[in-house]
Amino acid sequence: MNKFFIMLAHTYLNRLKSKSFLITTGVTLLLIIGLANFETITERFTGKESDGNQQVAVIGEREGLQQPLQSYLDQQDSSIELAAFEGTKEEAEQAVKDGQYTAFIDIAETDGIPHANYYANQIANTSVSNQIREALQQVKVTIAAEQAEIDPQVYQQISAPVEFETVALEESAKTEEELSEARGLVYVMLFIMYFAVIMYGNMIAMEVATEKSSRVMEILISSASPVAQMFAKIFGIALLGLSQITLFMVVGYQAVKMNQDTMRDGVFDYFGLNNLEISLFVYLVVFFILGYLLYATLAAMLGSLVSRLEDAQQLIAPMTLVIVAAFMIAMFGLNAPDSGFVTVTSYIPFFTPMLMFLRVGMLDVPIWEVGLSIGILIATIVLLAVIGARIYSGGVLLYGKSSSLKDIKAALQLSKKE
Amino acid sequence: MTLQLGEVTKRFGSTVAVDDLSLTIPEKEMFGFLGGNGAGKTTTFRMILGLMTPTKGSIVWNGETISYEKSHIIGYLPEERGLYPKLKVKDQLVYLARLRGMDKQAALLELDSWLERFHIPEYKEKKVEELSKGNQQKIQFISAVIHKPELLILDEPFSGLDPVNVEQLKKAVIDLKKAGTTIVFSSHRMEHVEELCEHLCILQKGRPVVQGQLKEIKRSFGKKNLRIHADFDLTYLKELPGVVTCKSVSEGCELQIENEAAASLVFEALQGRGFVRLFDLEEPSLNDIFIEKVGASYE
Repeated sequence: MNKFFIMLAHTYLNRLKSKSFLITTGVTLLLIIGLANFETITERFTGKESDGNQQVAVIGEREGLQQPLQSYLDQQDSSIELAAFEGTKEEAEQAVKDGQYTAFIDIAETDGIPHANYYANQIANTSVSNQIREALQQVKVTIAAEQAEIDPQVYQQISAPVEFETVALEESAKTEEELSEARGLVYVMLFIMYFAVIMYGNMIAMEVATEKSSRVMEILISSASPVAQMFAKIFGIALLGLSQITLFMVVGYQAVKMNQDTMRDGVFDYFGLNNLEISLFVYLVVFFILGYLLYATLAAMLGSLVSRLEDAQQLIAPMTLVIVAAFMIAMFGLNAPDSGFVTVTSYIPFFTPMLMFLRVGMLDVPIWEVGLSIGILIATIVLLAVIGARIYSGGVLLYGKSSSLKDIKAALQLSKKE
Repeated sequence: MTLQLGEVTKRFGSTVAVDDLSLTIPEKEMFGFLGGNGAGKTTTFRMILGLMTPTKGSIVWNGETISYEKSHIIGYLPEERGLYPKLKVKDQLVYLARLRGMDKQAALLELDSWLERFHIPEYKEKKVEELSKGNQQKIQFISAVIHKPELLILDEPFSGLDPVNVEQLKKAVIDLKKAGTTIVFSSHRMEHVEELCEHLCILQKGRPVVQGQLKEIKRSFGKKNLRIHADFDLTYLKELPGVVTCKSVSEGCELQIENEAAASLVFEALQGRGFVRLFDLEEPSLNDIFIEKVGASYE
C-alpha cells in the first residue's frame, strides 16, 4: 500500500479509536436523539406533575365571567380547568396552599370592565397565569365592544391582521417561501460549517503538534515526505469528519422520522429540506469541502510550528477568530444578504465558504460571481497548500522556546532549497 | 555501495553549520562521527537523510541521491528520541515499519525477535509512555532497524543508558555490522567510537579536523602516553626534551611524549635511580586526540 494511504489510515483509525472522539460522538448522538424526542420527553414530565389538568379556582363578584373564560381556554387547547370557589379569599388561599388548586383568581370589575388578581404558591411559572390573562383580555375586549355598542363584525375587521404580501419583481428572485426555506438551510449550513471547521481544524493542528512535541516527527519525515504527511492528515481527518457527520445525519434523520407525528409541522418543512433545490445542495457540498480544505491546510501549517503541545491552542487562536468573524458576518447577512458589506466580504477567501453560500442561498447571484469567488478560493487553497507544505517541512524540524508566527520565516528558511 | 559526501556546506542565514565536508564512508563498515556540541553532526545526518538540502555539495549513496523512494533502505535513530506516547509498542513499530515499506506480517515477526533479543517481550502490548526511558530507547532502536536497512544512522545511540543496556545495544550494533549493514554513528563517548569504528571523523564547528582510519589517525597523531610507576621521585622527567606534559599520580607519573624517540630518552634517564615497577608506552587514546584537536581551538 502507498505510504500516503498508510498514514491516512493511521490518522483516521487512531482518532476514531481515541476516547475523546468516542465520547464527543456519543454525547452528540444523545443530544440529537434527545432533541428529536423533546416533545415526548417534556410531555412525560409535565404529564406526571399535574395529571393533565390544572385546577384554578375563581372567586369574585362577576359570576358570569367563568363561562366565557373557560370556553376561550378550551379553544386554545388549554389544560386549565376553572372552578367556582364558594368561600372567602382566605379560604381560597388555604386551598391553594393545601394543593387542592394550582392557583386562584380574584375577579373584580370597574365600570363593567373586569380585572383580576392571580394567586399561586409560586409565580415563577408563567404558563398558567399567561393563559388566563390572555383569556381575560379576550373577554374584556368583547365586553368593552358590547358596551360601546360596536358591531361584532366591525370589531372583527378592526382586529384582523392586515393582508400584506411581498412580491419580487425580478423573475429569478426568490419568492417568500423559497427565501424562508433557504434561510433555514443556510442557517443550518453555517452552524455545521462553523463547528466542523473549529473542531476538525483543531484536531489537525493537535495531531501535528502531538507528533512534533513527542519528537516522533523526525522519524516520520525521514520515512515519508512532509507534504504527503500533511495531506494524509488533512484527508484522514476529513474522512473522520465525514463519518461523524454522516452518522449524526442518519441518526438524526431516523430519530426525527420516528417522532414526526408528534412534531407539529415537521422539522424538514421548517428547514426547507422537503423541496430542496439541487443546485443549492451542490453549492453546499462544494463550499463546505473548499472551506474545510482551506482551514485544514492552515491548521496543519500552524500546528507544525508548535514545539510544545500547550502552545498549539495559542497559535491557532487567530484562525479561530477568523472563523468567528466569518460566522458573525454571516449571521448579520442572514437579514441583509444584499448589503454591500456582505457582497465585498464574500470574495475574501476566508469568508467565501460561508458568505458566498449565504448569498447563493438567499439571492439571485450571477453565476460568474459565484465562479469568481470559487476560483479565488481554490487559488488561495493551492497557494496555502504550497506555502503550507514548505512551512510544514521546515517547521517540523524547528524546535524553539517560543512558538509564534515569527517562526514561519525561520521554517521557510529551513526548508529552503538552494 | 559507499556513502559519499562531496564538499558539503550548509548555511542557516549567516551561520555555517557544516563547512566543506567531504567524506567517503565505506560499505559494511562502522563510521564514527565525533564532535562537540553544535559541531554539525545532526545537521550532517539530516542532510544525508534528505531532511535538509545542502547549501552546496552533493551526497550520494551508491551513486544516487537519497530520496523518499529509498527510505526503506535507511534506518535512523534521531538524537532527540521520540515515539507516540499513547500508542502501544506493537502498533507503533508496525506503523513505522510499514512507512519504511515493510508489510505488516513481516514487521510483526521481526518485532518479536527484537523484543526477545532485548528481553522485553512483555512490553509488546504496553503504551510507550508507561515504559522506562531506557526501554523506550530500545524501542526507538528497534524502530530504526526493524526493516533491515542497508544504511543505518545512529545519533548518540548510547546516551542515557545504563552499562548493561549499553552492552546489549553495542552487541546488537556489532551484529548488524556483521550482517552487512553500513553504520554511521555519532557519540560524545570516545571509548565507544574507539571500540566500534574503523573509520572516523572529528568535526569542529562544521569542519572536519581529523578524519580517516582509526589506526592511521593514532599513528599520525605522533604523541604517545607513557606511564611510569617507580619508588623514587619522577618530577625531574618533565625537564627532558620531548616530554610535553607530566602528571603525577599516586604510584608514579603519566607523561605525554612527542614520539617514540622521547620514550627511549626517558627510559635512559630512569637508569640507576632505583626500582621501576612499570614502564608502559601506550598509543594515544581518542580522548587525547579529541581534546587536543577540538579543545585547542577553544583557547
